[in-house]
Amino acid sequence: MSDIASSSFVRQDLLTERPAPVKTTGFVGLMRTRLFNSPTNILLTIVGALLLWFTIVPSVRFLLVDAVWSGKDRTACLTENAGFAVGACWPYIQAKLPQLIYGFYPEAERWRVNLTFVLAVVLLVPLLVPRLPAKGLNASLFFVAFPIVAFFLLHGGGIKGFGLSWTAGLLELFDESISGAGQALLSLSKTSAAGPLLWLVGSLIVLVGTAIHWLILPLIWLRDQIQGAGQSLWADFAVTAAVVCLIAFGLGGGLRTGWRALASSIAAFVAIAAVIKLMGLDRGGLPVVTTNLWGGLLVTLVVSVTGIVTSLPIGIALALGRRSTIPLIRIFSIAFIEFWRGVPLITVLFFATYMLPLFLPGNFTVDGLVRALIGIALFTGAYQAENVRGGLAAIPRGQGEAAAALGLSWWKTTSLIVLPQALRHVIPNLVNSFISLFKDTSLVSIVALFDLLGSLRASFSDPKWSTPSTAFTGFAFAGIIYFIFCFGMSRYSLFVEHRLNAHRRN
Amino acid sequence: MSDPIVKISGLNKWYGDFHVLRDVDLDVRKGERIVICGPSGSGKSTLIRCINALEEFQEGEIVVDGIELGPNLKHVDAVRREVGMVFQSFNLFPHLTVLDNCTLAPIWVRNIPKKDAEAAAMKFLERVKIPHQANKFPGQMSGGQQQRVAIARALTMNPKVMLFDEPTSALDPEMVKEVLDTMVDLAEEGMTMLVVTHEMGFAREVANRVVFMDAGQIIEANTPNEFFAAPQHARTKLFLSQILR
Repeated sequence: MSDIASSSFVRQDLLTERPAPVKTTGFVGLMRTRLFNSPTNILLTIVGALLLWFTIVPSVRFLLVDAVWSGKDRTACLTENAGFAVGACWPYIQAKLPQLIYGFYPEAERWRVNLTFVLAVVLLVPLLVPRLPAKGLNASLFFVAFPIVAFFLLHGGGIKGFGLSWTAGLLELFDESISGAGQALLSLSKTSAAGPLLWLVGSLIVLVGTAIHWLILPLIWLRDQIQGAGQSLWADFAVTAAVVCLIAFGLGGGLRTGWRALASSIAAFVAIAAVIKLMGLDRGGLPVVTTNLWGGLLVTLVVSVTGIVTSLPIGIALALGRRSTIPLIRIFSIAFIEFWRGVPLITVLFFATYMLPLFLPGNFTVDGLVRALIGIALFTGAYQAENVRGGLAAIPRGQGEAAAALGLSWWKTTSLIVLPQALRHVIPNLVNSFISLFKDTSLVSIVALFDLLGSLRASFSDPKWSTPSTAFTGFAFAGIIYFIFCFGMSRYSLFVEHRLNAHRRN
Repeated sequence: MSDPIVKISGLNKWYGDFHVLRDVDLDVRKGERIVICGPSGSGKSTLIRCINALEEFQEGEIVVDGIELGPNLKHVDAVRREVGMVFQSFNLFPHLTVLDNCTLAPIWVRNIPKKDAEAAAMKFLERVKIPHQANKFPGQMSGGQQQRVAIARALTMNPKVMLFDEPTSALDPEMVKEVLDTMVDLAEEGMTMLVVTHEMGFAREVANRVVFMDAGQIIEANTPNEFFAAPQHARTKLFLSQILR
């Protein structure tokens, strides 16, 4: 049979590549294979097109076609004056823009806010572009120097002491509270049933307090000497700079390799001195603008940027704590995370704003904005902890074992091997939380802080601009602002994800 | 005969109630190449993972290059610096390039400057014959290449002992040879090696001693010639008859 005889086959010429048929590529291909390839898809395509038609066309009409672009007050945006059904009333936004950006920040001082915005952009943009050099310096400027400068720019005020007086003051407070606790226990021991035990513990604590008191006495003496002399800030600054530079020199390796550390710490202190001189912090600084005058986009950005920057380290620490083998740390982390996740943000803000002052000692006050900031940072930190934990769980055990087998310590394994991989896995989740934090900042308006949305609502009550479309225009504007920021974060995170996951592409 | 560089005595380990290692005694002399074989679940991997303290043990003592590793696992870091390990699943760091994989430990554990570490790493990558792939990521390489990088990575720490935990079991048959060749080269340079493997050809060619384990204990240990030609214990005979067909 010839069939069986010819069943052995050896290819003589290899086939060459040919272009795909026209019908499967290009626009025609898209129509055929994706949009109209089955009755269900034809239906979905039509429904989708209708949906677009019914949402995009009215939006464009409202925002652009039927909008009023100029005018002095509400009369320009009324249908009877304009001669057509009026859409967005843009002159209203124009008139209220300062209020939406600065809130009640005094007009003469608004350059300070602008300067802060400019500084933020100048420092942030190079940080976000991977190609630009000096990331370490840039990051330390943005994450350490910028918040301090921004505080003195936005809030104003000067400083009376420096590192030495702060350290002395803190230690003094610490010592006083220890001694105070000891005294309280001693007085309690006179009436309590467990008297002797309380007395023993109390006198021990008082003893510790006294010991600390004697230990820090030289420091306090030095501070008092400096404060007594003229130019106390600069004397304090010089002493602090000398001490820190010496420590950096010693830790950097002393005479052999410490010169680099010494040079960089001297440079840092020169920069700090320049900032102090430039902003006149030694002479009282800029006029104080209390935070209850802040508002608008300023508050939104301050709250969200602080929340974003502080919540990630909190989240990482809590996530690592939750996986710790040390029971105390693990239990604390779990309790912390579950507590903050179990409470609504509004409750947190209310608690921070109205109840916290009741618990703090009488002379100890925390600014309202700071209270909200702390609340939001801890709240978001708990969410970020769970995101990071998801990433940690995705790292195979072998990674940690391989690092351990090479002799890397737990800290080095975590920071060099585990966390870099874990965080890459959860970039979408982290940014998701950042975006929801950015929008949740609008909740601060319920605790008497006027963020963008709060300022907007306040501006509705102005009779000068009350028209049927004022509210719609205002919300459309706020929506666009929020969208720009959130969409920007989203796109940037995609870019970072793509870049950092180079190792997963072949 | 030189002093043993790895000295395991009276080693006992339990996973919960399960007795994984039972009174294991094993001395490894400097430059000796030991192949450990046995059925799965016999405790071979657990045994070599105890040597660099990836596993805890409850009784006994392990001394590596004069450093004692008791049940309380002191001196873990000191031992791990002297012992290199190659895993069945490679365990390369996927987010780092091949070169960074090989310089990480020298830079962060031995505090060697980056330039010197890279020069040294390139030397080891040449030794395993993949210097031109230094800037690739592990995910872009074949399994055999990844395992050779893993060997180079372990060598960059200049270990005195190398542990291999089934280094070829996760590889396609075509790639087993390139990894085994690398290991043979390493053996010829005089490295002390403990190898858990089922590659009996490798055992015959390279090993000074073959150790057969079953049920958490050493059943038989002998030179490869004696071991393959005249196994003594019934369990060894059965095992060899199963795998050498």
